Amino acid sequence: MDIMPRWVDIIIVPLLSLFLAAFLSALLIIAIGESPIAALNLMIEGTLLRSAGWGYMLYYTTNFIFTGLAVSVAFHAALFNIGGEGQAMIGGLGVALVCLFIPWPHWTLAIVGASIGAALFGMIWAGLPAYLQAKRGSHIVITTIMFNFIAAGVLNFFLVDVLKPKGSMDPASANFPSTTHLPTFQDLASLFGFEKAFRSAPANVSFFIALLACIAVWYLIWRSPLGYEIRALGKSGPAARYAGVRPVKIIMIAMMISGALCGMMAINTTQGESERLILNFTEGAGFIGIAVALMGRSHPLGVLLAALLFGFLYQGGAELALWTKIPRELIVVIQALVILFTGALSLMVRAPLERFFMSVQKAKE
Amino acid sequence: MIDFLTLLQVLDSSLRLATPLLLVCLAGLFSERAGIFDIGLEGKLLAAAFVSAAFAAITGSVWLGLLAGILASIMLSLLHGLASITLRGDQIISGVAINFLAAGLTVVIAQDLFGQGGRTPPLKSGGRFEPINFPGATSSKEINDAGPLMQLYSELFSGHSLLVYVALLTVPLSWFILYKTRYGLRLRAVGENPAAVDTAGISVVGLRYSAVIIGGILCGIAGAYIATSLQANFTKDMSAGRGFIALAALIFAKWRPWYALSACLLFGFFFAVDTRFQNILLPAWSLSGFLILIALGLMSYIWRKDYLDKVVLGGLALGISTIALMIVFSVWNTGASSQIKIPVVFIQSLPYVLTVVVLAGFVGKAIPPRAGGQPYVKER
Repeated sequence: MDIMPRWVDIIIVPLLSLFLAAFLSALLIIAIGESPIAALNLMIEGTLLRSAGWGYMLYYTTNFIFTGLAVSVAFHAALFNIGGEGQAMIGGLGVALVCLFIPWPHWTLAIVGASIGAALFGMIWAGLPAYLQAKRGSHIVITTIMFNFIAAGVLNFFLVDVLKPKGSMDPASANFPSTTHLPTFQDLASLFGFEKAFRSAPANVSFFIALLACIAVWYLIWRSPLGYEIRALGKSGPAARYAGVRPVKIIMIAMMISGALCGMMAINTTQGESERLILNFTEGAGFIGIAVALMGRSHPLGVLLAALLFGFLYQGGAELALWTKIPRELIVVIQALVILFTGALSLMVRAPLERFFMSVQKAKE
Repeated sequence: MIDFLTLLQVLDSSLRLATPLLLVCLAGLFSERAGIFDIGLEGKLLAAAFVSAAFAAITGSVWLGLLAGILASIMLSLLHGLASITLRGDQIISGVAINFLAAGLTVVIAQDLFGQGGRTPPLKSGGRFEPINFPGATSSKEINDAGPLMQLYSELFSGHSLLVYVALLTVPLSWFILYKTRYGLRLRAVGENPAAVDTAGISVVGLRYSAVIIGGILCGIAGAYIATSLQANFTKDMSAGRGFIALAALIFAKWRPWYALSACLLFGFFFAVDTRFQNILLPAWSLSGFLILIALGLMSYIWRKDYLDKVVLGGLALGISTIALMIVFSVWNTGASSQIKIPVVFIQSLPYVLTVVVLAGFVGKAIPPRAGGQPYVKER
């Protein structure tokens, strides 16, 4: 099996995929009459060389860590959770209900409550497709896609008919009370006397919750018996069953953890940024989770790095749209190419590498 | 009560809205019957819509637009084939990538070509498929005074774009190809048991490629239809989830052509109702009674089932009966009206809910082709 050394598999393959995606994107940028080098410079300038740029990048990164981890956990159980978008929407509903209807004295308590609300709602929304997969054999990909659309309907209903304040035209909930507002990176930096750092950037303390989630998922998957059972089921259903793993239970648990993680994305966007529940707050982050998980090889550290990369691309893409005639959708193209090369066409990337290492091995012998 | 003409108009727009669903659904049918899952239908539809509108706008000819749209869709199909047939990659992931690729590229290229924020300019008359009026059909001005049969003929049957009739003809054609030809038998076999087909000396790879290419052609026609006939230009994300609804219709139809027609017409009808009527009123008592009946049905089903069934379906039943009670309560409170307004989003969500119910197998279980989603490896 192991033709290639492990480091090639973990480092070279994703980097090569990324390089291919970047190369094709550069061709596209040339085709629309801009310079890829200038574009990259602009992206770096607008993202990495300004603290506000970092603030935006880490804001996006927070979302992608949650959804990337969510997709990863499901991947480990050989489940494809394409419903992150819907689970995040329903998670946002949980955040809004917790923040609006419970009088929180301080944000430190509110964030705990909102996290629980978000996770619980996301969990329930992922639980139904999981149940249908585990007990009725309905394909999880199809059901989660359907649940994305149903979630959009539910969110729309709640915003238009239930949570919208009287007299408001906007399909959005009322503003959350100020005691639930999360400190942004700007607030944190001011504590240490850097008033000008991260100015008006949306990154907030939920970034640290995302980091905690990385550690928790790492512990769950690689250090806990439950994680072992999840991986065993993902590698081989019959073998896991023979070893005493109950597939129904593991499918339910893996999907519900996945849903909870997706739901928790909403504390960043809803409680942290908009401070009220709005339509389309997920902005496709549930789908980007797929690219992040594939790129990060379903490992929390890889997910963190891939999420940083996509955070960079999103903030950089916004800069490009602002200063050049390259539209923001270029990032969607890059994202598609990353998914294509790391996921669907991975054999195309791996086969030449494998041949190379095979010949190296033969030469040694 | 609504009058006959209004009903006809709703059915007429159902047909128009069902057409792209039908074509995409049949595209998925060919692909999935051959064992290739296709989540990328949405992307192909969108790409074809853009390319056909762009070509029609530049050349002024809708036929060139249609041709280009089909070619674009076939290109994406071949990419899907390369990933999932030749390179034996994950079909779902490939489909997801194709959706993103189309969503991104269409806007990037449209912005570069036309500079109108990801749109194409409005198509002039040569760049559109015009409605075909049947001989003797009355014009829309005089339709109010015409007799019911004449209304039926002029409103529902006549006056659609050519592609609507093409889509309707595709249904018997697909049925004939799949069930009455040798090719169709092999195609269905390759979705159920590719090894058997391979043993018989028929190329699995060739059959599967042919299936995805047929899917590409059908998606291409559907894309051209939405951009040059249903609307008269391309706008960003104009496929609006139709690819996924078609996928839902495909499951609802249990992977059969004639069922696909009825499923797409039903879903088209939902959309037509949703666009035509802003407020849908239903009698509150019968609605809550219906919901309680569903809840009771679920409760009786889980009586002898295990713990998990009890928790999940019991919770669902509880949720449904809570909604029913809330309806009763709100009617009780306001007193006067026993009619309750159904939010439009529920009508919009209905196709998805119905699909989940069918997938769950409580009402007529949908069983997908057996080899669907698995790449075929010869040596196994």
